Amino acid sequence: MLLRGVALLAGCYIIGQIIGESLGHYLGINNNVGGVGFAMLLLIIAQNELEKRDLFHIEMGEGVMFWSKMYIPVIVAMSSIQNVRVAFNNGFLALLAGILPVAICLLFMPILSKSTND
Amino acid sequence: MEYIIELLDKNGLIVAFLVTGIMVYFSEGISVKLTNKKLPGSAIAIFMGLVIAYIGGILTEGKSGIADIPGLTGFKVMGGPMFRDFAIVSTAMGASFAVIKKTGSVGILSLFLGVIFSFIAGVGIAYAFGITDVESLTTIGAGACTFVVGPVTGTAVGASSDIIAISIGAGVVKSILVTIGTPFIAPYIGLNNPKSAMIFGGLMGTTSGTAAGLAATDPKLVPYGAMTATFYTGLGCLMCPSVLYFALKAI
Repeated sequence: MLLRGVALLAGCYIIGQIIGESLGHYLGINNNVGGVGFAMLLLIIAQNELEKRDLFHIEMGEGVMFWSKMYIPVIVAMSSIQNVRVAFNNGFLALLAGILPVAICLLFMPILSKSTND
Repeated sequence: MEYIIELLDKNGLIVAFLVTGIMVYFSEGISVKLTNKKLPGSAIAIFMGLVIAYIGGILTEGKSGIADIPGLTGFKVMGGPMFRDFAIVSTAMGASFAVIKKTGSVGILSLFLGVIFSFIAGVGIAYAFGITDVESLTTIGAGACTFVVGPVTGTAVGASSDIIAISIGAGVVKSILVTIGTPFIAPYIGLNNPKSAMIFGGLMGTTSGTAAGLAATDPKLVPYGAMTATFYTGLGCLMCPSVLYFALKAI
């Protein structure tokens, strides 16, 4: 049962990545377009459908939950392999070109959030 | 000594589990003892990761942070895109489809705004620094989106390699800033619900930065932010070397 959960997750992951990769391929940009997003949608839909049919075993959920809990350690490992040196070594221009867009985009947060308050 | 390093590298993933485990353990301790739980342990651990990545980069002059140090190469697997994306997808379990559907349209809007305004800001800064050729401006503007969009665009429009390096630098700065800054800025921008997390992911775009920043803010928000952020790099790679490049050329 545990493995069925992991397999479900793996299945959604692979199909989502194939969709994202194909989308990028046919758009001619040689890059994955939203593979993770499609995979997440598939997982949510699959879980809902299985629960409706009473086929979603608790232990199956645990197989997915394990990875969900491994998320933060994986992100810590990901931070550890970032090219932090290059961020510091490319001077003031790179630094500003990284900071200013974040600041500007943050200004849109309240406007966009309000537009969904219905 | 040689054979021990070889053994560690052969079992790289397991070594990475161990080292990360130790890091997370100490961060929890620091969080409780030094900051009275004000700074979440995960935020400290992620910051610690960035610091050792910097140290690794300085010691080896490599590109992969700590993973360039012999014996620690397994970090490349554990922190690489496969495990990262697999773990991100798993967080979607239990996420509300209704919220995603309802916020979907504003999420898409935030994606376009995020790409366009990051691009304009990047171009503006490059211009202020005296860069005037359209190819270089486009590349740096693209780098202001994410560190993937920069080099992809730069290669497409034929920018020089030092400009591409700057664009990567800009993208990495952005990703690190979002990683560290999100927990601090969250209360001021209303980042405490799935809707705003989706908008935030669309505006910021850097999947690694958004994912790590939200993890340090509130792990429940991760799937929503990651959901939109994952479309950002693709959209940026689509728009920067085409529409935005031609628009800039026209000006």
